[in-house]
Amino acid sequence: MRKFAVSLTAFAACLFAGTAMAADPIRVGIVGTMSGPYALFGQNFKRGIDAWVAQNGNKVGDIPVEFIYRDEEAPNPAKSRALAQELIVKEKVQYLAGFYFTPNALAVAPLLGESKTPLIVMNAATSAIVEKSPYIVRTSFTMWQNTKPAALVAKERGAKKVAIAVSDYGPGLDAEAAFKGTFEAAGGTVVEAIRMPLATTDFSPIMQRIKDSGADTVFTFLPSGPPTLGFVKAFIDNGLKASGVKLMSTGDVVTEPDLPNIGDAGIGILSTYHYAVSHDSPENKAFIDQFVKDGGKFDEIAMTSVAAYDGARLIYKMIEATKGQRDPDAAIAAVKSMSWVSPRGPVSIDPETRHIRQNVYLRELVKVDGKLLNKEIQTFEAQPDWALSKK
Amino acid sequence: MRTVASIALDATCYGMTLFMISVGLSVMMGLMRIVNLAHGAFAMIGGYIASYASVSLGLNYAIAIPLAALCTILVALPLEVVLYRRLYANSDALTQLLLTIGITFLIIGVANYVFGPTLKKIPLPASLSGPFDIGFRMLPTHRIFVLACGCATALALWLLLERTEFGIRVRAAVDNAGMAEALGIRTSRIYLATFCIAVGLAAFGGVVGAELLPIEPYYALRYMVIFLVVVSAGGAGSIAGAFLASMLLGLADTTGKYLMPEFGEFFFYSAVILIVAIFPNGLLGREH
Repeated sequence: MRKFAVSLTAFAACLFAGTAMAADPIRVGIVGTMSGPYALFGQNFKRGIDAWVAQNGNKVGDIPVEFIYRDEEAPNPAKSRALAQELIVKEKVQYLAGFYFTPNALAVAPLLGESKTPLIVMNAATSAIVEKSPYIVRTSFTMWQNTKPAALVAKERGAKKVAIAVSDYGPGLDAEAAFKGTFEAAGGTVVEAIRMPLATTDFSPIMQRIKDSGADTVFTFLPSGPPTLGFVKAFIDNGLKASGVKLMSTGDVVTEPDLPNIGDAGIGILSTYHYAVSHDSPENKAFIDQFVKDGGKFDEIAMTSVAAYDGARLIYKMIEATKGQRDPDAAIAAVKSMSWVSPRGPVSIDPETRHIRQNVYLRELVKVDGKLLNKEIQTFEAQPDWALSKK
Repeated sequence: MRTVASIALDATCYGMTLFMISVGLSVMMGLMRIVNLAHGAFAMIGGYIASYASVSLGLNYAIAIPLAALCTILVALPLEVVLYRRLYANSDALTQLLLTIGITFLIIGVANYVFGPTLKKIPLPASLSGPFDIGFRMLPTHRIFVLACGCATALALWLLLERTEFGIRVRAAVDNAGMAEALGIRTSRIYLATFCIAVGLAAFGGVVGAELLPIEPYYALRYMVIFLVVVSAGGAGSIAGAFLASMLLGLADTTGKYLMPEFGEFFFYSAVILIVAIFPNGLLGREH
């Protein structure tokens, strides 16, 4: 009997030692559009993170990191909030990341302080998101950041009367304000500002309205996905392009996966954006090689993969700085002012706003060797979020 | 003036798309008295098959459309034999709704599992894409195609139901199944044929309307309200009614979007409320 008790104790000791040796993994909850019309962009979150893990291992020091994915599907704040709660309470995640849509990210912001969970926003592009909690960092872009250069380019290229057409939600309103403010300050006139409901699928009446406004240039923003393709096709098919109206947009409207569907009629469309798949740098080449090696298709690379790749870099840095402990203040402090070379170009985290500073490129839609791509033709260096920073 | 003509044209095109995607449901609800919530699911199956045929098999759009309609009918046939058939005699509304919404969820789940959650594209041939110059403005070529399809469908259906022996039998079977059977009409075959027509139309509409309502797994639920609204505003079973309702709703929606885009669907649903308030059975619906 005593022998049995001894061996049992020894066995228990072994078990205990066993668990102590393999540290519990740090869990990171990713909420993205994994299904539905915007699935491509959520899956790009995963591909970007996978690329980072493939290159840097699934451990920080000897702490394993585990990513858990949830599906936000559509602009649905209540659902995203429930998903985040589930991740925090049940899955005990130490970090949250992802979020394609602004309303979804905003719904989660109030949970962060209480649960001491940092959030790395990998897409949602309304400026105000980072102001909702000190625990939010963003690695994507904002509408102000990408739109101000667009307005400057439009003015420079001789646009006089501009019609603005944006999706009627947070980022759309930001884009409208950014373009209008910048363009009018430069001496241009905005003759029309249309806010299109997110669910719009038929853009013909919008095109008619733009036509009637007598604008020489259209500036537009819609969230990347089926609506952007619909808008560009309507712009071409309703004859606006043929009648000489110029289309100026942020890169959201001409994402690379959509280019084959836009077709040759889209050649010449100008856009400003922080990332082009064609960006020529060793970092981008290494990133794309990894993306394709892991089974991703070259034609399905979207900006969200790069934001997620860089987001994963921040998460690793945070885990390293906090040694795996839940300490959001130390985690956020560790990434403030961090700077590195991303596949999109040189970037840094602005210590004041916790938003990423990055180059914004003017790109032109061109055809090279039978393939349509966004070619970078001008660089606006180290752009901040112009709504939050003045320089 | 030019603007008005332009809007009217856009409205007609949009209305015709609405008609194309809803007419199958109108047939089902009006002639078979079944509130088929799985209509969108059948349209979606058609879209998936057309997408698979044209993207993966490289088939022509002109072949993909009939193929999609045919395959969707084949997929739906077992459902008719096993499930729908039981509803014809015992048409309790709640049973119908529960059964057909169940089928919808099943199809959504299967589509998600087999084809993945992403949007499915149905590429247009070069002859149907791009702008088409109609004199005073440009129009997307595909819209003209939809316009033609809609007119052809409406005409063919009207001829079939009002001018042929088959149409007479259908109407007889619907109005008084017992008497029709006593007169030697095989009602079960009539119902089967009508079911196939309705499903084929659903698939056809799903493929042709995919430019405006893109095909993805939640298609079946997302646009269900639109289908139901067009049919109930038009009057179930009335082809002309569905046509008229589509046009009116298209006009309300397009004009509203032109005048006040930020109001969204407000004008569409206001028009629905107005129509249903004045015509409780739909524009050309019969009293039950």
